[in-house]
Amino acid sequence: MSGEHMDIDKHVRTYVLVFAGLMVLTLVTVAISYLELPLGPAVALALFVAIVKGSLVACFFMHLIDERKLVYWVLGFTVFFFFCCLLGPWLSEINEIGPDLLN
Amino acid sequence: MDAIPYTVEERPDTGLNNVKIGIWLFLASEVMLFGALFASYILLRVGAPPGTWPVHGHEYLDVPLATLNTAFLITSSVTMVMAWAALMRQRQAGTSDLRKYRIYMALTVALGFGFLIIKYFEYSAKFHHHWYPSTNNFLAIYFVLTGLHGLHVIGGMAVNGYLLVNTKMWKTAPQQFANRVETAGLFWHFVDLVWIFLFPILYLL
Amino acid sequence: MAEHSHDAHGDHEHEHHHPKLGFWRKYVFSTDHKVIGIQYAVTGLLFLFFGFSLMMLMRWQLANPGQPLPLIGGLLGDSRMPGGVMLPEFYNQLGAMHGTIMVFLGVVPLAVGGFGNFSVPLQIGAPDMAFPRLNMASYHVYFWGGAIMLGSFFLPGGAAQSGWTSYAPLADIAPTGQTAWLIGMIFLITSSLLGSVNFITTIIQLRAKGLTFFKLPFFVWAQFVTAFLLLLAFPPLEAAGVMQLADRLLDTSFFMPEGLVVSGQVMDQYAGGGSPLLWQHLFWFLAHPEVYVLILPALGIVAEVIANNTRKPLWGYKALVYSVLGVGFLSFVVWAHHMFLTGMGTTINAFFQTTTMIISIPSVIILTALILSLWGASIRFNTPMLFALAFLPMFGIGGLTGLPLGLSAADIHLHDTYYVIGHFHYVVAPGTLFALFAGIYYWYPKATGRYLSERLGKLHFWPSLICMNLIFFPMFIQGMAGVSRRLFDGGETYAHGQDLLWVNDLIAYSAWGLALAQIPFVINFFMSIKRGAVAPANAWDATTLEWAAPSPAPHGNFLSPPVAYRGPYEYSVPGEERDFLPQFEPGGGPSDPGDEIDHGGAHAVPAE
Repeated sequence: MSGEHMDIDKHVRTYVLVFAGLMVLTLVTVAISYLELPLGPAVALALFVAIVKGSLVACFFMHLIDERKLVYWVLGFTVFFFFCCLLGPWLSEINEIGPDLLN
Repeated sequence: MDAIPYTVEERPDTGLNNVKIGIWLFLASEVMLFGALFASYILLRVGAPPGTWPVHGHEYLDVPLATLNTAFLITSSVTMVMAWAALMRQRQAGTSDLRKYRIYMALTVALGFGFLIIKYFEYSAKFHHHWYPSTNNFLAIYFVLTGLHGLHVIGGMAVNGYLLVNTKMWKTAPQQFANRVETAGLFWHFVDLVWIFLFPILYLL
Repeated sequence: MAEHSHDAHGDHEHEHHHPKLGFWRKYVFSTDHKVIGIQYAVTGLLFLFFGFSLMMLMRWQLANPGQPLPLIGGLLGDSRMPGGVMLPEFYNQLGAMHGTIMVFLGVVPLAVGGFGNFSVPLQIGAPDMAFPRLNMASYHVYFWGGAIMLGSFFLPGGAAQSGWTSYAPLADIAPTGQTAWLIGMIFLITSSLLGSVNFITTIIQLRAKGLTFFKLPFFVWAQFVTAFLLLLAFPPLEAAGVMQLADRLLDTSFFMPEGLVVSGQVMDQYAGGGSPLLWQHLFWFLAHPEVYVLILPALGIVAEVIANNTRKPLWGYKALVYSVLGVGFLSFVVWAHHMFLTGMGTTINAFFQTTTMIISIPSVIILTALILSLWGASIRFNTPMLFALAFLPMFGIGGLTGLPLGLSAADIHLHDTYYVIGHFHYVVAPGTLFALFAGIYYWYPKATGRYLSERLGKLHFWPSLICMNLIFFPMFIQGMAGVSRRLFDGGETYAHGQDLLWVNDLIAYSAWGLALAQIPFVINFFMSIKRGAVAPANAWDATTLEWAAPSPAPHGNFLSPPVAYRGPYEYSVPGEERDFLPQFEPGGGPSDPGDEIDHGGAHAVPAE
């Protein structure tokens, strides 16, 4: 990135577009929450919008879209391990033995 | 031989300089840090005894105020990357006018302040209602997640403030200075990224 | 000490005007990786000796439960040992802090902070680490974290006493020392994270010309994988630490279940609804990769020492590299084998049992490759090699005894018994620690320009090996008989312990033997700085890049940037006069560009 000859104007135009998109999506996600959907769909939609917004920030503000392979590998492993940390405890909790004392 | 190579210029086979790799590695560890807290949120919510977890975040939290905060952070992300773009424009033109950079960077810091001020009002409102971290686990994870995020905002602002005020390196090593702004920007965007997930998870679900 | 930044003997052409550094900048706030490495190593060794002495107190108590400790028993005060008799609370403090100090303040700082910092830049031909000031900061954060940990002994209620594992809800309600433990851990984790960023960046970016990844010494690969483990596995524990601090200081209930009653008192300051198992998951998510952090640098050191002292290339270099990458990756998905008895269902138990069995495969490949490297070798039985050789069967025992623990059915019987203690100590004590000693004897000439005494070295090695086995092997017997761990009276009031109480006496005497065996080492370490035999730059006729630098290496390390012309273990190359061909010497035998076929022995591929 640094030192490459790049079209700054094109980049700036992208930044402004992404900014607009992020603002719109923010309003969208708040609007969806007013629909008071059941938990499943609500979570799915909220996460979907968040992932889109997050991807815009990562790809364009953080220039991830034209970053080097090495960075992709590091992030790839990180995301994988994040899901391990997420799923491990959750699945262990679901797959419990013994009586369900709370319900 | 004692100068460290590739601090500014890129190493040919990796295409990266040291600082760029360093910051991405650090951000990877931050993903795991906030990721663990998100994983804890899920476990605590799924395992919460009936009636102890609010059906909707807005039972305790102020959604409009947090939406404004989201707007602040997103805008500050744009101003941050525009600050870096301003520097790169100067590099390409071969000039060294810092005015645009200073404006954008100052805006970034100001918006960060705005975020923290709103946070202050949010927290005060909670305490006013006698809603503390100890009240229930929803509030506990809310305070820890937003608190840790807030500390990262403060840290980022400290770095940005330093780069706003101390621009001596722009005269002596302009590319290195631009790289520093880019690196600080990566951290700042990450802080925005975390909030992009925090906001719907805590406030809207 | 050896943390001098000597200028190169004679040649000053390459050094442009460096201001003369004062004492503080040179020895305390140095940014030179060699100084920092020695700082880490010495501090780590001091913590190891301190942790050892905590264990000596514990072992005395286990052999003589309820007896007043002669001579020093009265000195420890009424809050710990009234009338010289150890209180159970103090025994628990010793146990928790022995583990914490050995793992986080001793072994890892020595293995990663010490050897990693000192040797990695030299082995890749770099002038320093990628971020020297960050390196300095990492050491100081570690130092103050350690100080907090030590200071916690003097808090009211004493140090942390809920095991090094700090399980909730016990740790949530334990005395103040636990808060200090959590704060200390945050310091240590921060130090580790900054260090790992430095290591990974350095290895990727600062390799010398010609040093492709598959020409790296195995030690560098091991440190590379270790750094990734630290980078990605520590943050969840940091998150958990913050949550436990919140439980303790803000009365949150992250790990506090509903309706907790302690000694008849209802804990109604807690809202409840939390999960003690959440702590275990987050803790072990780190702590399992952590044990690979403990062993991988050791495997790396053993590989270097074996290659050098067998005068032949390592067997299966590629297998070693792919296996260490595999171990690193798999180490993230086995953690709940520490939680088989927590009420997890059979499906998830089976998952973690399977991954645990799978991870033993690359581990065994690494050990096998190292053992096969001895076949047909011309072995030099110097002190580093003795430690490296002993490592192999010791690590073998440690690894094999881990298998029943990884099978959840057998683990039902063995969990939380002395069998577990025997297993992990075999891996870390006559395992990792022996490898670290091998590393000290091996790289001491590079740091100081002198050899450690061989005679004192052997006096250190043999009694240590014997005593280690006398201490830890009986623990398997105790464990299989059902003797539980963390019993402050050694099993005196415990039905399963009765027939095996005498074992505690054997272990206590052997511990004294082990303590005495370290004296020759300490004497050697200090005496040889000035009185050791002078060592040349290439002290062991070795092949890797660090031996191109002078001994001791100056600031900036190399007189001119080294170039790697060949692989790292070109020993006994056919047609060569000497039995070694250093990586950094041009010309000579095979300079195999791109030839990554691993022939197992020296290859004679002509240059193209």
